Amino acid sequence: MEHISKRFPGVLASDDISISVGEGEVLALVGENGAGKTTLMNILMGLYQQDEGRILINDEEVHFKGPEDAFKAGLGMVHQTYMLVHNMTVTENIALGYKKAWKGIHLDMKKVRDKVVEVSEHYGLAVNPDAYIWQLSVGEQQKVELVKTLCLGARFLILDEPTSALTPQEVDELIVLLHRMTSELSIIFISHKLQEVKALSNKVTILRHGKVVFSGNTDDYSSEEIAAKMTGHEIILPKNNEKNENGETVLSIKDIVVKSDMDTAALDHLSLDIKAGEIVGLAGVSGNGQRELAEVINGLRKCESGSISFFGNEIQNKNAEDIIRHGMGYIPEERNTEGIVPGFSIKENFILKDSTSAPFAHSSIMNGKAIDENAESLIRKFDVRCPGINTAAGSLSGGNIQKVILAREIERKPKFLVAVYPTRGLDMGAVEFIHQKLLEIRKSGVGILLISEELDEIMDLSDRIAVIYKGSIQRVLDKAEATRENLGILMAGVKL
Amino acid sequence: MIDIITNMLSMCIPFSVALLLASTGEMFNQRAGVFNLGCEGVMAMGAFVGMLIPFLAGGGMRVSQWYNVLGFAAAAVLGALFGLFFGVITVTFRAPQGIAGIGLQMFGVGCAGTLFRHFVGGTQSIPGIPDVDIPLLSKIPVIGEIFFSHNAASYLAYIFIPVAWYILFRTPWGLKVRAAGTNPRAADSMGVNVSRTRYESLMVGGALAGLAGAYLSIAQAKMFSDTLISGRGFIAVALVYFGHWNPVKIMGGALLFTFAQTFQTVVQSFGISFPYELAVMLPYVLVIVVLAFTSRNDMSAPTSLGKPFNREIRT
Amino acid sequence: MTKGFKIAFKAVIILLAVVIAFLMASVILWIIGADVSATFYTICLEPLTNMLHLSEVLIRAIPLCIIALGISVAYRSGIINIGAEGQMSIGLLAFTGVALAFPDVPRPLLLPLALLASVIGGGVWGFIPGILKAKLNVSELLSTVMLNYIAAQFYSLCLRTIYLDPAEQVYGTGTPQSMRLTDNVWLGRITGRLHYGIIIAIVLAVLVFLLMWKTSMGFKMRASGSGARAARYAGISVGFYVTVSMVISGAFAGLAGGVELAGVHRRAIEGITNNYGFSGVVVALFGGLHPFGIIPASFFFGLMIYGATLAPTKVGVPANIVQVMQGIIIIVIVTAQMVLSNDYFRDRVWRRIQSLRKKEA
Repeated sequence: MEHISKRFPGVLASDDISISVGEGEVLALVGENGAGKTTLMNILMGLYQQDEGRILINDEEVHFKGPEDAFKAGLGMVHQTYMLVHNMTVTENIALGYKKAWKGIHLDMKKVRDKVVEVSEHYGLAVNPDAYIWQLSVGEQQKVELVKTLCLGARFLILDEPTSALTPQEVDELIVLLHRMTSELSIIFISHKLQEVKALSNKVTILRHGKVVFSGNTDDYSSEEIAAKMTGHEIILPKNNEKNENGETVLSIKDIVVKSDMDTAALDHLSLDIKAGEIVGLAGVSGNGQRELAEVINGLRKCESGSISFFGNEIQNKNAEDIIRHGMGYIPEERNTEGIVPGFSIKENFILKDSTSAPFAHSSIMNGKAIDENAESLIRKFDVRCPGINTAAGSLSGGNIQKVILAREIERKPKFLVAVYPTRGLDMGAVEFIHQKLLEIRKSGVGILLISEELDEIMDLSDRIAVIYKGSIQRVLDKAEATRENLGILMAGVKL
Repeated sequence: MIDIITNMLSMCIPFSVALLLASTGEMFNQRAGVFNLGCEGVMAMGAFVGMLIPFLAGGGMRVSQWYNVLGFAAAAVLGALFGLFFGVITVTFRAPQGIAGIGLQMFGVGCAGTLFRHFVGGTQSIPGIPDVDIPLLSKIPVIGEIFFSHNAASYLAYIFIPVAWYILFRTPWGLKVRAAGTNPRAADSMGVNVSRTRYESLMVGGALAGLAGAYLSIAQAKMFSDTLISGRGFIAVALVYFGHWNPVKIMGGALLFTFAQTFQTVVQSFGISFPYELAVMLPYVLVIVVLAFTSRNDMSAPTSLGKPFNREIRT
Repeated sequence: MTKGFKIAFKAVIILLAVVIAFLMASVILWIIGADVSATFYTICLEPLTNMLHLSEVLIRAIPLCIIALGISVAYRSGIINIGAEGQMSIGLLAFTGVALAFPDVPRPLLLPLALLASVIGGGVWGFIPGILKAKLNVSELLSTVMLNYIAAQFYSLCLRTIYLDPAEQVYGTGTPQSMRLTDNVWLGRITGRLHYGIIIAIVLAVLVFLLMWKTSMGFKMRASGSGARAARYAGISVGFYVTVSMVISGAFAGLAGGVELAGVHRRAIEGITNNYGFSGVVVALFGGLHPFGIIPASFFFGLMIYGATLAPTKVGVPANIVQVMQGIIIIVIVTAQMVLSNDYFRDRVWRRIQSLRKKEA
């Protein structure tokens, strides 16, 4: 790829980027969230059209109008969010792109199925061709994605953050598998996790703000050097080093059973205690009940049995309004749809939970002046970058939206905070800011339940770490005894 | 008593055809991710055009059956054009589908009424299409009357149901439609042109809605009036939910609703002392009850229904 | 991107939308062989030419305005009410019921009582789709349409039976209508048929503005409509506010029925609702879902609806043309809104213009 540029409204997502990959090579494309890695790969796959620049394969310029053209040229991509249709079978999903089986109005499903079986045996990727996608776990879905890409004839594989949803052990397996594949394939591999970059790649290219800032051979540089180049300056994330002064238990969850949206058991007799002034990190592969746990604590999901005691009050099955009044703070998983009302202005989002109480309203009549003043002060205090307090919150960047949510939750002076994936998809500057704020309120005596899929984040911030697997707590570890290895084993469901 | 029941049942098949066709069409729309509430308006236009052609040809007198066929064909083409138009609004411009559908409904019903007054004037009937007794089978007592003594168009509509099932579940186009409505991003990454697929399914759905309207005016009522459709387009949309986006289940739903509708005919023609208006209400009440009890946790549901797709907006 | 460009972009899109709407309507008029400019003159300008016409426009604007205000409240709260037609029918029935039951109660008591009955009747009819949406997630688009048909049947059933004018029973002409209501429920008239309902409509517009933008309840309702999920996570009981907004919306439609009966018809007959329920949706959207936009919008649509009644005799165009125009207007409004809010598209246009300029230079 040479001199690729691509513009989105307000951002230059790719700015004159050139990269190259030889046969059998593994290129790691690293950079922070928002650096433009995925955009660049979507251009390569023909999903986006570049504004400038050209793509060469074996020294010939190619023009991809869509992903089909890219498939024909032997390119294949496994996206970060898996591109599978959940109400179709594995075979059907693959048939969608397997044009050799499209015979006029007839679809030769047997041919597709045979191909699936052949590919999965050849690469040792066990998948059941007749299973529906919704029946599969995240790890299995990733295998389906790999099989799909290989069935479509990929000789050049692009993997976008392939390890983000896997346990450390699954990551190791994947690395072994990919190593084996390099005898037949070339790979571009997007990541922001440096140990994987070191383990897998021959070459590394670093992107920052849509530009290439560095290219070189992986073996010539240490992880630290690459990390420094990635962020542009040394950012050392704050760590929780203080001793927890054994506060009293404020949130006590006992034996709760909760159902998922699909009516299956999401939480299965889960119990967990959290004290004042401590951060408990909840580690686990996503989809093991984290979302449901956060929702049931906040009164957004029905608790079938068991109890949740919050400062001595039973709060299970109370409504969300009551629980907020008891002093619960919540940073929800989906910041754009759950954290803010995107069409509302910033100032309105700040008072989303307090529209009936003083000083923002007196006997149900809103006080415009108090609302404006509150917004002005929060914007300054939390450094929210925005044109003004009347700007629609939905038009802000992810980091600034998260700051709006954080400002609202913290300034309400909660007695407890549930934070779900608080830094997902944010750049290092924003991550640092959010980590600092979380540690600050911990210090002021607030208990925090931190749900995250980044093991580093959990290990940096937590006093204790609970591992969730299939809706119940495997074990709670003290900070001192937790390592990547034992957490990974617990996350995979093995009891220690 | 048995006569009344046989009579009601024998009305079910021919009277259910309009619902069946419109609902199957709407199913294709929704499977591809577009919620088309304009179905009512498209049916009205189909009904108008469908009756206009045989009417102009014969002035209400008997005409060659080919004019009826032409009426159906014109209704299908017009319906497809309406589908195309709705595609421009909701797929290309990504307008909110619910309210845009209401607009399309008003536009269609309004156009049909306006054009009808200009080209036809008042209530005028046409000869319609005759019933065809299927040899031997129609001679079976009761069963023959219920199943094998109807007009040719209704047989064709029922034959179309397994065809629709095959198209949806066994052809490449059906695969594309289902993917576009459930996970358009995935479909896009596999080289499926989501917009084009949605356009195609809207045109197919529109054509079927047009045919459904033409069936009402040509084969069922043998006339056109402003109240001919009277909510069948909306019931058809509700049936899609009821039938879980599956043509075979939709057929069951269409028969159930038609059975409820035949009740009014029975009240009318047998002079049972029961307020006529209450009998007319029955299917509408049934729709609300059915919608209230239709499960929302359906694995087969097209999860991107109603959501416009834009490749460049990351969610 | 310059500010001037942004304004110009917006202006061009709106202008384009207006032109497209006119073109589409013209095509239909052309098909039926009508004189296009004469038709537009008859529908949009002729009613403004004398006071009698103008007062007829205003009496149509009154129910439109009241209904559209209700629809805007519901729309802002995340529920699209296309059932105003049915809610208005129930309001008519409730109003007539009170008027027929207590003909001797003095006017200062009976008129408010009858109007209250129409409010309650419409409110109940709005409550049904509201609660069905909140509790069982039933699409309000479908349930309200069904309730329209049910209400329409119920209305004619009542007119044919319990409300039937005794005179009709004696002479048996068979017209389903009630007797003339007691003058204790009449609203006074200002000039011609124009009645004091116009004051009610304007007061309600101010009240809706205060409710939606100055109270906590309005805030919560708007939050429920703008981002239901986030509102729920912030402890707002979205289901409750959706239901309440639908009750308000229904109550407004019911009241529109009561006012119409008290001011204009003064007896229950067929066809009072006159498609106002659907037109109200168009008025609400055209008025930008804001009370102070709805007032002029309802005047404009009152004009069109009245103008369309002149069309058959003046230019030989069926009155249904107004429905065609309303359909076109809805479609064009929602489409233009999407184009205006599409930053990607605006960005692309801006860059295209920039590159053209560069080439010229």
